[in-house]
Amino acid sequence: MRVRWARLEEGLARAVLWGCLLVVLGALAAIVGHVLVQGLPGIDVDFLTTAPRASGREGGILTTIVATLYLVAGALAIAGPVGIACAIYLAEYLREGSLERIARFGVQTLAGVPSIIFGLFGFTAFVLWLGLGWSILSGSLTLAAMILPTLVKAAEEAIRAVPDSYRQGSLALGATKGQTILRVVLPVAMPGILSGVILSIGRVIGETAAVLLTAGSALGFAVSPLDSGRTMAVHLYLLAMEGISVPKAYSTSAVLILLVVGLNALATRITSRFTVRR
Amino acid sequence: MRRASREWQRLGERCMERLLFAGSLSGIVTLGAMVVFTFAAGLPVILRTGLGRFLLGQHWRPLEGEFGIAAMVVGSVFVTLGALAAAVPLGLGTAILLSEFAPPWVRRIARPAVELLAGIPSVVYGFYGLVVIVPLIRQHLGGVGFSILAGSVILAVMILPTLITIALDSLRQVPDSYRQGSLALGATRWQTVRRVVLPAARSGVVAAVVLGAGRAVGETMAVLMVTGNVAVLPESILSPVRTLTGNIALEMGYAAGEHQQALFASGIVLFILTMILNGLIQLRRVGRVAR
Repeated sequence: MRVRWARLEEGLARAVLWGCLLVVLGALAAIVGHVLVQGLPGIDVDFLTTAPRASGREGGILTTIVATLYLVAGALAIAGPVGIACAIYLAEYLREGSLERIARFGVQTLAGVPSIIFGLFGFTAFVLWLGLGWSILSGSLTLAAMILPTLVKAAEEAIRAVPDSYRQGSLALGATKGQTILRVVLPVAMPGILSGVILSIGRVIGETAAVLLTAGSALGFAVSPLDSGRTMAVHLYLLAMEGISVPKAYSTSAVLILLVVGLNALATRITSRFTVRR
Repeated sequence: MRRASREWQRLGERCMERLLFAGSLSGIVTLGAMVVFTFAAGLPVILRTGLGRFLLGQHWRPLEGEFGIAAMVVGSVFVTLGALAAAVPLGLGTAILLSEFAPPWVRRIARPAVELLAGIPSVVYGFYGLVVIVPLIRQHLGGVGFSILAGSVILAVMILPTLITIALDSLRQVPDSYRQGSLALGATRWQTVRRVVLPAARSGVVAAVVLGAGRAVGETMAVLMVTGNVAVLPESILSPVRTLTGNIALEMGYAAGEHQQALFASGIVLFILTMILNGLIQLRRVGRVAR
């Protein structure tokens, strides 16, 4: 009796668990499928290479692609060096202690702060206080703060994964600690750092709230870093919420999804190559 | 000559260490700057209105200078609880399946799928909710469609990756010897999961849920696009609501003066809320290490 019940329970549990997985995969398929089916037909060379006209009702999304790239480059240029420096110090120099706890607390807490708070901060600090206005530069600074935890975490993990024997070998040959880090540790850790960079690019491309508050939503070409710019994500938000054009919104969504798929595939390739080589 | 170059080298080393040290403080410095700037902009309104009236006041009438965020707090809490109600069982179920039952090929399919789910921008989720979920609710369940329910459904999908990845990590960390011991005593796989593996992974599972809640509370765009954004206490799950995050994003564009300060003040509330959730996890982690 008890054995039969146990067997029944086992079967039931497995069925429910498989059901959970199917619902999760089904939700993903439903969303991605719907957006791609509706959006792909509207994507052609014209859509990607002409500027939006009539506030997005007609034309393509070229200016929003430019603004997005600009913002990605800006945020990475600021957060990249700082984040990697932070990761190196945390992994190679710091011993456990109160300083380590404070530095780590800062990064970890930052990771949990909602993006809209970054937007508020960027708005007061960069747009108003520094007087940069709604601009690519304000947006880049804000997003740099936002992706910092992602970068630090990925880079620190990658640096810690480098075997100690590499460091010992380099030090034994008479290299200084700095030389060891720059010439031995960092090159080996590079794939892990790069996948953190790719993850951050994805976050910048997808971010809307913080960008809207700091980079604004001007539809023209952003030329100088002090110009306001509208990213693809912000464009999609305005197209959809102001009821400007549902077909264009579908196509913009599809471009965003394809970008994320491409970035994920790239990250996977980099990490798998890394694991094979070791 | 040799000695000079050695001196230079030592100087370089010291410069590098100083630079890296400065970099290591970037996280805490940024966090500090954020606290200073948002509190400086928002605290005056809270002090003027009084913390109680600000948090519990039911009326948000920025033009008349009345700032009560109770309706928005309730909105955020309801949408988050709804999302958790759907996502926690689904996410944990998926994590358990992937860790304990599924053959490797299923894991190979599921991993990139979950990563994709995590990578899709929140506006895309919001847009999907706007064109698919909201009309669906309007047609089949009544009301305007823009509702707590719509927000919860979209948020549930969005926090699934967080729940699945963290729960899966903590389940995988349970040593195999635990499972073998239980199976050797004649327990079934499911009995092993329920009585041995899950209790052993409990702290990680709790962390997954708390982190998921944090993401849900902080999410802005997706929720804003499907909840209707009426700043009134909701009557049912089909009522439209406005969340704390949505309120900031909607009104920041045109707010000025005291109104703007009030938005920063609601940002402070949100900040503290997520800090508390975050603190819970870090405390647990410390507790686990001590044990």
